[in-house]
Amino acid sequence: MLLHVERLTKRFGGLLAVNDVTFSVEQGKINAIIGPNGAGKSTFFNLISGLHRPTSGTIAFKGRDITRLPANERAKLGIARTFQTTHLFEQATVMDNVIIGHRLRTSSNLFDAILRTKRHRREEQACKEKAMEVLDFVGLTHVADRMVANLSQEQKKRVAFALALATDPELVLLDEPAAGVNPDETEGLEELIVKMVKGGLTVCLIEHKMSMIMKIADRIMVLNYGEKIAEGTPEEVQNNEAVIQAYLGGSTVA
Amino acid sequence: MAVFEKRRLWLAVLAALALAFPLLVTNGYYVHMMTISFIWMIAVYGLNLFAGYTGYLSLAHAGFFAIGAYTLGILTVKAGWPFWLAFAAACLLTTLIGVFVGLVALRTKEHFFAIYTLCVGYIIYLIIDKWDSLTGGVRGFIGIPAPADIGPLSFQTPVAQYYLVLCFLVAVIFTMYRLVYSLTGRTYIAIRNSEELALTLGISTMKNKLASFVLSVFFTSLAGALYASFIRFLGPDIAYVSVMFDFLTYLLVGGIGTLAGPVVGTLLITFLSQQLQFLQDYRMLIFGPVLTLLIIFYPHGIAGGVIRLKAKREEARRLDPEANRVAAELAVSSQGRGERHAEEG
Repeated sequence: MLLHVERLTKRFGGLLAVNDVTFSVEQGKINAIIGPNGAGKSTFFNLISGLHRPTSGTIAFKGRDITRLPANERAKLGIARTFQTTHLFEQATVMDNVIIGHRLRTSSNLFDAILRTKRHRREEQACKEKAMEVLDFVGLTHVADRMVANLSQEQKKRVAFALALATDPELVLLDEPAAGVNPDETEGLEELIVKMVKGGLTVCLIEHKMSMIMKIADRIMVLNYGEKIAEGTPEEVQNNEAVIQAYLGGSTVA
Repeated sequence: MAVFEKRRLWLAVLAALALAFPLLVTNGYYVHMMTISFIWMIAVYGLNLFAGYTGYLSLAHAGFFAIGAYTLGILTVKAGWPFWLAFAAACLLTTLIGVFVGLVALRTKEHFFAIYTLCVGYIIYLIIDKWDSLTGGVRGFIGIPAPADIGPLSFQTPVAQYYLVLCFLVAVIFTMYRLVYSLTGRTYIAIRNSEELALTLGISTMKNKLASFVLSVFFTSLAGALYASFIRFLGPDIAYVSVMFDFLTYLLVGGIGTLAGPVVGTLLITFLSQQLQFLQDYRMLIFGPVLTLLIIFYPHGIAGGVIRLKAKREEARRLDPEANRVAAELAVSSQGRGERHAEEG
């Protein structure tokens, strides 16, 4: 188990966004989280990446309890993520966006920057090389100098992937990587995700595009109203009664 | 490379102009105005580092400016400290206060941060205004000495003071330049862009914001100390919100988050206010609408507007070969269709 979440609960006032969810991410696999809108998927990601503190429950990464660790420390341990809206700096080039991804592996400070120390030069070079490496991996070397604002939605998603990869992660959380991307391009992103896993990474993703999930996911967890209602292989989930009801609307749902 | 050299040429011309200014313009009044503008610029660079590059609008900076100025005044006049020691102490003390203010203020975000720092600025103003025994209150503080000689260099004349302030300004711009084009600068910009993304990229946002805030306060206190030694009279007005909004206006007009912005904005606005002096406070009737229009149409100020225009052109030039190729292909295919149509006909 790369990541293990035990009885995780997040309450926003009277709203139970995530309710008593126990979930594991297997190493080297593609783990998917699906569920209707408002099911608590993104909140669940925010809990794992550390942007939200859980109300109760624990999160363990590689056997270490990280429940109380701030988001930036979790990133250093090897948990990277992307956002539904990419959050990129649109008015800067792709390269300028991606360089900062490797910052967490460097240690030069304000004084190194002003005095242009050897350490700063070395680390800046390392960040640039890392950026080139990950841009090559996601297939964007040819647009490295382009402004992000002028890229297609799919290319922006790839930049976000590159940024996550530049942190040298072990686990990558992808929040709706194929949202707003056309079917042809979705296939390209599927290939990229598979390539990431083949390269030794573990992926956990939220996605609404069922064709994509059914094709590439090894395991699927289904959330509805913050609760886990099913878990298993794509086939198992597809034939699960509770899942069908959650998606098509059943009498059990108040 | 050509772009780089062009920029160097521009910088050389500007530096030459700045150096030659007191020789070309013998009117003492203009030299005085220019020196004061340089001091404002240093303060605006401070504001720019935090508001422009880190994304947090601090409205306490006029207060820090005043703390720098008053500390220098009090230490030289009341405590009788040697000038440069008092100068260093003024910057240091203000920076230290900045650390404590930052530790509390940075727990808030966005407009809450702006409101909080506005309050801090106002409290600083009130303290200066009411603490009569220390600051002289509304009567002000008189008799601050001019900068002391450094070896053979004397700063008693306005022209010498002009060059002294210019030296500090160049040092601040140089520091800013190095900072902006560094990993640390990129880190600040990443925080400005999206704090959530920065956090998940492993960046300690609190630590970086604090460092940026403190350096920004340092620049502003430096401007304050220079102001005290140049004007040699202090009133509580320099901590007032109107000074804060002057800084902000210079920054917004010149270009927030740009390196040239503080210089461009400060020069333009101080020059304009001089020209419109006969209108007195009615000047604001002109500045208000102009500023509003500028923010609507050029939210990144004059320097920001120029940078964006250049970037757009660059992008268009880069896309040009591709666009030409597509256009050519389209022409060929439509020609082909035309021929087929002709055959069918």
